[in-house]
Amino acid sequence: MENFFARYKNPLVLMAVLFIQVVALATQVKRSENSKAASSGGTRLIRVWTVTAFTPIEKMFVSTGHFFSNSWHNYADLRGVRQQNRQLQDEVARLQMEQVRLKQDADQARRLQALMDFKEKFVSKTVAAQVIGTSGTEQSKVITIDKGKRDGLKPDMAVITPNGIVGKIKEVYPLSSQVLLVNDHESGAGVILESSRLQGILKGTSLGELQISDVMSDEKVEAGEHVITSGGDRIFPKGLSVGTVSNAVADRDNDPFLVIKIKPAADLNRLEEVLVITETAEAQRAASSASPVRAADILSQRLPSIPKQDANAPKIPGATATPTPAGPAAGSDKTKKPAVPDAGQKKAVSDAGQKKEGAGTTAAVKTPSAEAGGVKAPAGKTAAGGSVNSASPKTGADTKKPASAGTAQPAAAGADESPTPTPTPKPKATPPKKPKAPAKTPDASPGSTDNTNAGQQETVPAPGATPAATPSANQEKPPR
Amino acid sequence: MNAGVSLTSREEIEVHRFSWPASIGIPLLAVFLQVFLRIGLLNFLDLPLLVTIFFAVARRRPVPGMITGALIGTLQDAWTGHPIGLFGIAKTIVGYLGSSIGVKLDVDNPGSRFLMTFAFVLIHKFIYMVIDLQLVGGSEAWNWGHTLFSALANGLAAVVLFAVLDRLKQRN
Repeated sequence: MENFFARYKNPLVLMAVLFIQVVALATQVKRSENSKAASSGGTRLIRVWTVTAFTPIEKMFVSTGHFFSNSWHNYADLRGVRQQNRQLQDEVARLQMEQVRLKQDADQARRLQALMDFKEKFVSKTVAAQVIGTSGTEQSKVITIDKGKRDGLKPDMAVITPNGIVGKIKEVYPLSSQVLLVNDHESGAGVILESSRLQGILKGTSLGELQISDVMSDEKVEAGEHVITSGGDRIFPKGLSVGTVSNAVADRDNDPFLVIKIKPAADLNRLEEVLVITETAEAQRAASSASPVRAADILSQRLPSIPKQDANAPKIPGATATPTPAGPAAGSDKTKKPAVPDAGQKKAVSDAGQKKEGAGTTAAVKTPSAEAGGVKAPAGKTAAGGSVNSASPKTGADTKKPASAGTAQPAAAGADESPTPTPTPKPKATPPKKPKAPAKTPDASPGSTDNTNAGQQETVPAPGATPAATPSANQEKPPR
Repeated sequence: MNAGVSLTSREEIEVHRFSWPASIGIPLLAVFLQVFLRIGLLNFLDLPLLVTIFFAVARRRPVPGMITGALIGTLQDAWTGHPIGLFGIAKTIVGYLGSSIGVKLDVDNPGSRFLMTFAFVLIHKFIYMVIDLQLVGGSEAWNWGHTLFSALANGLAAVVLFAVLDRLKQRN
């Protein structure tokens, strides 16, 4: 027996070593089948130790490399930096103008999303991380980043670059994390072809390519089409860039389907810095609180009849005394039935039936000069209600409403009752009001909330409001 | 029968030793470079495998050869995120085969080093694929072009790398 072991020592040791590894492998596979935690127990410890041991060294190498490369680049960049600075300043000025315009568009888009009861997740918080390593094998497309559990990262968080999606967090260690790239054959993401709106699942191949399969071959897919995330995978928020279609061919193995090859937007082979999306928020949260009002507001803003209602305001006795910019709509509230105060009350009641009872009634009882404040009051309420949980952009959007809310309520009410409540057009009455815009402040003073509303209103002009309807908005309107 | 000088004679074959720093540092460095250097060519090269082959062949002792392969492979598995054992098993077998071959062949010749590495890369890849498909349930497809190119690149790299690593040998 002893002779047997001595003679076959090497094969026996080989079999023992292989047996141990096969058992370890089988344990891991079984664990990953039973629970999603693919690595746990002993294997998890080996991984953690290995990664934790390597991470500081990698960080050191990366930092050293970046130090030298940055030093060189800093020197090189100093040449011609003045000219570049001038160009950048011009660019900043241009972009600021552009930003104002885009902000308006974004606000408008948010309101429209609220109108459509559209829930969309957007990125609210990210953590920047540096790529410090790769898997080192062609079999797995994994990178290592220098942020880990201590930075708040968790598995399945999305990793992106400004160009497009990169992957998701696979494993999180105290000081680092592993990111499974989207081109790994185990990876997947829900995507949409931007123009054709075809949905599919983006998968990596064993060659590190990206492809969408299971798209019927009768669908028309053109090369160059942009692909974005669909948000359906609950990992990547909707609308992030994925890449472009490089080609679409029939799937040989799966006959009626296409295989769409995707060229990734992010250069997955040269990743340096990435962003980890640690938090997403629903765009609807601020909008939902005021959505009933907003729907009417937005519709009324879009109605072409709003400025015309505004034009009727001076016709009301006393209304000419204080034709405030925010007041026209209030005036229009009355102008439908100018001679009958009761009717105004009824109107207010009908408005109140919609949402703002007390304030609406107050507005109706007051003289037209007070209507501005009166009508603003409900809007102010709305704004207050809407701005409770809203962030600054939302606040802007909400507080902007007083102007539109004034116009919105009657219009909405009109829209409810009859689709075209447009009075006879008297648009020429509007221009003379413009110089009186400053009179708004004293007018608005009766309603203390109006001041704040008016003040906030100026920051974000109503996108839907026509210049004639809101002179103040006209003044603030940025050059397009 | 005159035994004479035969390459298969254990007495005539040099069994090399390495210092502890080299024995530990070189495999660690290989794995480190493999995961750290983000160079496209390293996708084709497998430095840990080359180091495994080198140590196995130079030591000419199967047990240290296979254990070196097992440790390097496990380390690589730990880093790649794959189930631990995939590379470990493949490199254990390669280490064993390398040390067994080292006893019987002249493995100091650049030509034989190239051919040996070429073959071992194919064997390594084959074992890896079998384990991945049969044990882990992976779906990776065998790509002949890629595999052959990888074997060729590793074979060429081995000729250069082994010549460098030869300087670390401590002759008995």
